[in-house]
Amino acid sequence: MNWQWLHRFGSPKWFYEKTGLWVVALGLCSITLLVVGAVWGLGFAPEDAKQGNSYRIIYIHVPAAVISMAGYYIMAIAGGVGLIWRTKLSFIVMRAAAPIGAWLTFAALFTGAVWGKPTWGTWWVWDARITSMLILLFLYLGVIALQQAFQHQDSADKTSAILALVGMVNVPIIYKSVEWWTTLHQPASIKFTQKSTIDPSMLYPLMIMFVAFYAFYFWCLLRSARAEILRREQKTAWVGEILMKGSR
Amino acid sequence: MMHPVRKQRLILVAAIVVVSSLVAVLVGVAMKEYANLFYSVSKIVSGEAPRGKSIRAGGCVVPGSVVKSKDVLLTTFDISDGVAKLKVSYSSILPDLFSEGEAAVVTGVVGENGELTASEVLAKHDENYTPPEVAESVKNTDKHQVACEGMKYDS
Repeated sequence: MNWQWLHRFGSPKWFYEKTGLWVVALGLCSITLLVVGAVWGLGFAPEDAKQGNSYRIIYIHVPAAVISMAGYYIMAIAGGVGLIWRTKLSFIVMRAAAPIGAWLTFAALFTGAVWGKPTWGTWWVWDARITSMLILLFLYLGVIALQQAFQHQDSADKTSAILALVGMVNVPIIYKSVEWWTTLHQPASIKFTQKSTIDPSMLYPLMIMFVAFYAFYFWCLLRSARAEILRREQKTAWVGEILMKGSR
Repeated sequence: MMHPVRKQRLILVAAIVVVSSLVAVLVGVAMKEYANLFYSVSKIVSGEAPRGKSIRAGGCVVPGSVVKSKDVLLTTFDISDGVAKLKVSYSSILPDLFSEGEAAVVTGVVGENGELTASEVLAKHDENYTPPEVAESVKNTDKHQVACEGMKYDS
């Protein structure tokens, strides 16, 4: 197999030039879908028979939680590709993914606490699901901290990639925690092998929010990766040209 | 062909993932019981759960068993896992979703009399999300949770 394509794709200049329009498209797409999904979910979806209106936190909580986990794979796989092929872009993507993932994890924990207080009667409980989500937050914070902890970017990249890879096992643990142990957190409502236990009238806006959050995630990831490319490549001629154009 | 150096690094990366996953699995298996949030009622009744120590029990609130004291803030009720029953007393405010035929997780000490004196009662919500109209039209008319549906309480 010829691996030349990977090196071309891993070139920061090529990536920066190709993704300029993507940023605009993803930005428009995510904002539109976020507004549509939020208005539909918060304003028009029916209330829940038992929880009343408090269930509506699902429209933020579930997409944030799912994408915080998917985003961890993106970060760790980018780190792994960087360790193997030493492509500049993969470490840039890894670094960019960490704070976004950390914020999404925090959003999932926070909205869960807000919902848990009236529903369960407590905002926090050390069950397997919530604890493993907290570990996910610490893993993200660990990658962010390691990125700052080294004099040389190269050492920072390699060390944080190893931490990201070691933490990968936590993602399936979070996903399966509600089945492997007894937890206060309920099992998943959206099921792949059988009928989902959420009514379609509530599921449609949730699906829109999923797409919206994914678009939002990649929008943030691209913006942040592009900024990081400019920072790391600031001494090159092509970045110099862009900066000159921008300052005029 | 993959460059031999990169191939070596690929093996190293795969080894990191495999070894760390194996460690996590071993730790997980070793603390399987400790990571459970609560004991089932039958484990408490059969004596598998520790006595005289604060533990958590999970089960469904037996319909008709909830008794609220008239003069003091004290509620007693039974929880069941379909196999055994456990009497619980609690002297604080119950969460909104607590009700008969619903799942609950209680924290407390099982006394000499086999009753659990709870310091905390939490309502457990299930994975069902339904609008009120739909909930009324389905067969499960008393809207009980799936986990507690069709449970035999008269054991």
